Amino acid sequence: MRRVKAREIGRLVSGLCVEANVRLRPDVKAAVAAAVRREKGAGAKEALRMILKNADIARAEKIPICQDTGVAVVFAEIGQDVIITGGSLKRAIDNGVAEGYRKGRLRKSVVRSPLSRKNTNTNTPAVIHTEITPGDRVRICVMPKGFGSENKSVIRMLNPSDGEKGVADFVVEAAGNAGPEACPPFVLGVGIGGTFDYAAYLAKKALLRKVGSPNRDRRLYSLEKKILKSVNDLKIGPMGLGGNTTALGVSILSRATHIAGLPVAVNVNCHATRSACGAI
Amino acid sequence: MKKLHLPLTDKEIRRLKAGDSVLLSGALYTARDAVHKILSGLIKNRKKLPIPIKGAVIYYTGPTPARKGRAVGACGPTTSARMDEFTPPLLAAGMRAMIGKGRRSEAVRQAIKKYGAVYFLAPAGCGALISEKITSVKLTAYRGLGPEAVYRFEVKDFPVVVGIDANGRDIFKRRS
Repeated sequence: MRRVKAREIGRLVSGLCVEANVRLRPDVKAAVAAAVRREKGAGAKEALRMILKNADIARAEKIPICQDTGVAVVFAEIGQDVIITGGSLKRAIDNGVAEGYRKGRLRKSVVRSPLSRKNTNTNTPAVIHTEITPGDRVRICVMPKGFGSENKSVIRMLNPSDGEKGVADFVVEAAGNAGPEACPPFVLGVGIGGTFDYAAYLAKKALLRKVGSPNRDRRLYSLEKKILKSVNDLKIGPMGLGGNTTALGVSILSRATHIAGLPVAVNVNCHATRSACGAI
Repeated sequence: MKKLHLPLTDKEIRRLKAGDSVLLSGALYTARDAVHKILSGLIKNRKKLPIPIKGAVIYYTGPTPARKGRAVGACGPTTSARMDEFTPPLLAAGMRAMIGKGRRSEAVRQAIKKYGAVYFLAPAGCGALISEKITSVKLTAYRGLGPEAVYRFEVKDFPVVVGIDANGRDIFKRRS
């Protein structure tokens, strides 16, 4: 058994909140740089160059890449041989988020109730996904999720017979409807299978994967490439002003599901696809 | 690249065409969801507004808190469509330019045409880059709204693209 202090987890979360918001993920930055080369139009190239310049300024000046520093989505993988001491895991994570959003001068964008809408002024509560894994490590990923893109995310319960084509068409439709408001070029997280809620969870988790990295499942990798091409054929382009780059990548996570079901969720993310991970 | 000084004259506004790249300098006010609802209520009830609305340039943004020594934190544009419902009355009251992100409704496009206004697009998702163009910030109204408060920004060479011009031409569509 290994003892890990709740407060240490909180400290890790705090640092990751700031890092994720200030340092654009290298894989995302590389994908944007590659897209500049692929674009023909001056406007599209300039829009992508501004995104790269923005990332450089954010990192150098320690200001957030985007003012929507989002809801803090925290993926916590807790080894089952870990004993967390000194307080509740949930409170430690929330305290870590509050501290990170305070120290990092990030925006407090969370309201206590979706109906009465009073700002909590701490950017908590965080959205926490906890997984118990083998071993004795604690691994945390913080994903600030902005709502320009989140508001364009969709889920549908397809028919099993809709198959790959049905999935592809749904994702492309989602990208088309996301439009300029979700700040293209997008990174699209897709969850297939599971249940209604699990597909959505998979779609968001899929956004953690490095853009441009191959899917371990050959069939899914082929589907990802097909969907990416179709999304780029929409020609929505960077910032919705037209061009070859409507999405930087498509990432699919798939799970066993019911014989009568084919749930598909699309979690849209913008070009500021942000996450930072660390371990104790 | 056209350089314009805020506030814009009617002539300057009418000369702009959807797709034009412009650098704006001068003063503007920030306002988003909550403030738009408040302002439209004040207009409806013929109450005094906390900002001079005639000729006003409104930027849809909710900035992050500023670091020491900086005027403002990251302050890119938020999705304009959420303010669509409240835009025609503000245009009727004298607002002349809006800066935001994304598409507007047909009602807004018609109102922009009717009142001879302009809708600019700020670089979406580039909050850090835009913050460098803000030279000073003054909290103007609704302090309790935090990032959603009204701020007066002094800007220099703020890069925008004309989204909808005074003739109703829309960069995201072919119609006028």
